[in-house]
Amino acid sequence: MVDAMAIQSAPAIAFKKVTCCFPKAAGKYGSAGEIYTAVKDVSLEIKDGEFVSVVGPTGCGKSTLLNVAAGLIRPTSGTIDIFGASLVGGTNREAGYMFQAESLMAWRTALQNVMVGLEYQGMDAAKARDRAIGWLAKVGLAGFEDRYPHQLSGGMRKRVSLAQMLVLDPRIVLLDEPFSALDAQTRVLMENELLALWAANRKSVLFITHDLEEAISMSDRVVVLSAGPATHPIAEFEIDLPRPRDVSEIRLTEQFLKLHHEIWDVMKEEVLKGYAQSKR
Amino acid sequence: MLKASASIQQVSPGRKVISAAARLRIMQATLFIGLMLLWYVLTETEVLPTFFFGQPIAVFKCVVQWFVTGEIFYHLWVTSVETVLGFVIGASLALICGLWFALSPTASALSDPYIKAINAMPRVILAPIFSLWFGLGIWSKVALGVTLVFFVVFFNVYQGVKEVSPVVLSNARMLGASRGQLLRTVYLPSATSWVFSSLHTSVGMAFVGAVVGEYLGSSAGVGYLILQAEGVFDVNTVFAGIVVLTIAALLLDALVGVVERRLLRWRPT
Repeated sequence: MVDAMAIQSAPAIAFKKVTCCFPKAAGKYGSAGEIYTAVKDVSLEIKDGEFVSVVGPTGCGKSTLLNVAAGLIRPTSGTIDIFGASLVGGTNREAGYMFQAESLMAWRTALQNVMVGLEYQGMDAAKARDRAIGWLAKVGLAGFEDRYPHQLSGGMRKRVSLAQMLVLDPRIVLLDEPFSALDAQTRVLMENELLALWAANRKSVLFITHDLEEAISMSDRVVVLSAGPATHPIAEFEIDLPRPRDVSEIRLTEQFLKLHHEIWDVMKEEVLKGYAQSKR
Repeated sequence: MLKASASIQQVSPGRKVISAAARLRIMQATLFIGLMLLWYVLTETEVLPTFFFGQPIAVFKCVVQWFVTGEIFYHLWVTSVETVLGFVIGASLALICGLWFALSPTASALSDPYIKAINAMPRVILAPIFSLWFGLGIWSKVALGVTLVFFVVFFNVYQGVKEVSPVVLSNARMLGASRGQLLRTVYLPSATSWVFSSLHTSVGMAFVGAVVGEYLGSSAGVGYLILQAEGVFDVNTVFAGIVVLTIAALLLDALVGVVERRLLRWRPT
């Protein structure tokens, strides 16, 4: 019982002084053999059931942070705890990950794509099929089970990815600018749907984006990262906007604009720095 | 073709396309008939000696004769079996080796110069060795087909595995795939799709292996028919064999096209 309590109160994700270095690609930003420090001394906690967005200028190492949380990248130094247990070796079994780029298997239908994770777990095919059909319906794709990814629109493919991830019922959800490739309208729709799904079953969410409006309208907390290299959090903002929210409506409220103004003040400088670096 | 154009005459822009296509077909047929006529006239008037150039009507008669008596079917069957076996064995070996080499840098680095050397070698020259090893039956032809098919498919699979999207891989890992499951659900399907994309070339190669193998020494098959006819200076029968082989190759290619469309349904067209 005591153990259970301890696990309950442990943060879903805890970055502890995480630093990630990569060998530089030759020629691009210098000669080969040099070390590029993507993120440096990042300490950050995401509480159980909390929706946290991380914003920062493009190319600042946001995705690196997410890959560390997913267990796809080992930090060069520092540790990462998942529900109090240190993540060592292998991927993060508690987490679902939605990528920025296309991640569906082109040779599988929508249904087979959603089923694949259950298949990996060795679930009985008929049962997996039922669950997958249920989730496709939840993301609004009933009737599209037998379509191949290339037969779906960009928004629909994102929905399949969402279902593919959520059918496994992960306790943590990692999102890497999942909607950045979508048009503005589809994007708002997807954001609202994601919020509704989250509200129904509060998972811990780490949401990476460069879009400040998206971050504020969806999250409980927004973390601002500095420009790279050696990215680290420079400010945090509690977003105390009421829930449930409608992402397109909430953007017009006084409170939202005030928060946006405050955060943008901090972020602006970093964006300019990032811009200057990308031009060099 | 003319009929087709007549039945789609309601839509005027469509009609234009159809009739242009029909006109092309007519011109293609005319070209064929013209060449045949030229051949006929030149050999009939002995401008070209019939001993070396044969006669179109005799060639045609020979082909018809083969089909009427049914003699050709056995030989076609043998050649087809050799082709299919050569393709299946060659492609399977190439799939396994391609996957293995692409996923194991050591294996690929170690064998790289040898792969290059064997690929550069004119492999048809292996036919005599295969005849010695496997005799005059179908297996020496299959072996030749395998060596030809293997490299086409091998390089495709290797490239295919190397080009698997890292995002799809990471995604599969995040969904809980073990190493074996990754191989089965990501590497294998994407490698297989590369096998199928090289299907036309590789099936053609298997066919070449079978026919060349037969021609160099055999007791059955269309290549054997040609070899025999050549032995008695029967040029007409040699040409007839070539005609049959060409038709068989075209049919084979069409069949591959059908199979390809079936298997690569998930591909954007």
